[in-house]
Amino acid sequence: MSSADANATHSQPSSWPLYRALVGVGIVCGLLIVSVYVLTLPVIARNEAEALQQAVFQVLPGAVSRASFVLTADDNFRRAVEGDDPRRMVHAGYTGDGLLAGVAIEAQGMGYQDVIRILYGYAPQSQAIVGMQVLASKETPGLGDKIEKDLAFLANFRALDVSLGNDEQTLLQPIEAVKSGSKTLPSQIDGITGATISSKAIAAILRASSARWVPLVYRLQGEFAEGGGSDDGQ
Amino acid sequence: MTDSKGRVDTTTSTDEFIKGLWRENPVFVQVLGMCPVLAVTNSGINALAMGLATTFVLVLSNALVSMLRHFIPRQVRIATFILIIATFVTVVDYLIQAISLDLHRALGAFISLIVVNCLILGRAEAFASKNSVGRSVLDGLGMGLGFTFALLCLGCAREILGNGSLFGVALFPAGYQPWIVMILPSGGFFTLALWLLLFNHLKARQQAAATPLPEASP
Repeated sequence: MSSADANATHSQPSSWPLYRALVGVGIVCGLLIVSVYVLTLPVIARNEAEALQQAVFQVLPGAVSRASFVLTADDNFRRAVEGDDPRRMVHAGYTGDGLLAGVAIEAQGMGYQDVIRILYGYAPQSQAIVGMQVLASKETPGLGDKIEKDLAFLANFRALDVSLGNDEQTLLQPIEAVKSGSKTLPSQIDGITGATISSKAIAAILRASSARWVPLVYRLQGEFAEGGGSDDGQ
Repeated sequence: MTDSKGRVDTTTSTDEFIKGLWRENPVFVQVLGMCPVLAVTNSGINALAMGLATTFVLVLSNALVSMLRHFIPRQVRIATFILIIATFVTVVDYLIQAISLDLHRALGAFISLIVVNCLILGRAEAFASKNSVGRSVLDGLGMGLGFTFALLCLGCAREILGNGSLFGVALFPAGYQPWIVMILPSGGFFTLALWLLLFNHLKARQQAAATPLPEASP
C-alpha cells in the first residue's frame, strides 16, 4: 500500500508508524541482545574454561596440575595448542610428584531431553574410571538431573572397571547400567530409580567413549608422562 | 492521577504493587502462566530461581513497553511486545551464564520457557501499554513477586513430600520413603489444586467476613 492510499482513508493510520515501531523496536532489541552477548562472551568463555579445569581435578582424584593433549591424525598424542578440535582433546592430570594421575576425557550423547556432556577420569594404572562429572545436561529437573547430584549414583564412578582384554583393543566387560541395587560386576553402574533413561544414557555414553579412548590412552600413556604439569592453570 | 486516556485513576502506587502479591495473584487468582507453575516447581530452589528470573523479565519488559507505549501502534503491538520479551529473556540467559555456570546449569531448561509465559505478555498488554513507567514497574514487581511466592508454595510442598528435603537439605531420617509422585508432573496438578482450594477458601471467608451473610444460607 502506498502512503497516498493509506492517507486517503482517514480512519486507517499510514503504514509509516507501523514500520517505524517494528523496525525501531527491532533495532533497539537487536542492539541490546548483541551488546549483552558481546559483553558477556569473554566472561562466559572464562567461566567455561574454569569449569572444565575444575572438572578435570574433580574427576581425577589426587591431580594438582593438568595439561591438554590432542589426538593427531596418525593416532598419537601431542600437546594441545589454541585452535585444536576440542573433540579430539584429552586432559592429563598429574599428582604433586609429577606422576600421571589419569586422563580426563570429554564425552557426549543423547539423554532423555537433550544431549548430555560429561567428563570422566580414566586412570591407566588401575584400568578404571575414577570420576565422572556432568558438564551440561537438560535432564528433567528433580528426576533425570539426579545423574549430577545423586551421591549413590556418583559413587559408581569411583572405581568403574574398564580393564582391557589381552588384545589391548577391546574392553573385557563393556559398561552397562543395571537396576538400582543390583550391581554385581565392577563394570556395572547402579541406576537411579526415577531416572532410568538418564542413568542408562550415562552408561551408553561411557560405553561408547571408553571403547574408543581407553585402548588409545592405555597404549600411549607414556606420551602423557613427559608433560609433567607444566601448563597448569590454563 | 490521570492515565493516557485522561481517566482519573484513584489507585495508589502501593496498590499497584500489593495487588499482584495477593488480591490479583497471577497464579492463585488469575491462574496465568501455568506451564512453569506445573513444570518447574518440583524443588524449592528451582521455583525460587524461576520466579526471580520471571520477575526480572516482567519488570524490564513492563518498563520498556510502557516507555514505548505512545510509539507502538495497536496493529503491531503483539509483535513488538513479544520481541521485547524475547530480548529480555535472552539477556537474562546470557547474564546468568556470566554470573554462574552452575546456576545456569540448574535453570538452563527453564529460562527459555519464560518467553511463552502468558503472564508477561498479559501484563504488557493489560497494564504496561496503558500506564506510566513507574506504575508499570511496580505492577511488574508485584506480579513477579506474587508469581515467585506462588511457585515457592508449590515447590516447597512438592520437594518436602516428593524428595524429603527443602532447598536441598534433607528433612527426614534416612528411612523416609519419598513420595515420588509429587515431583512427577501429576504431583504438580495435585499440589496446585490443593493450594487453589486453600486460597479460594481463604478468599471466600474474607468476603463472608466483609459482607454479613443472610441467616438462612446453607
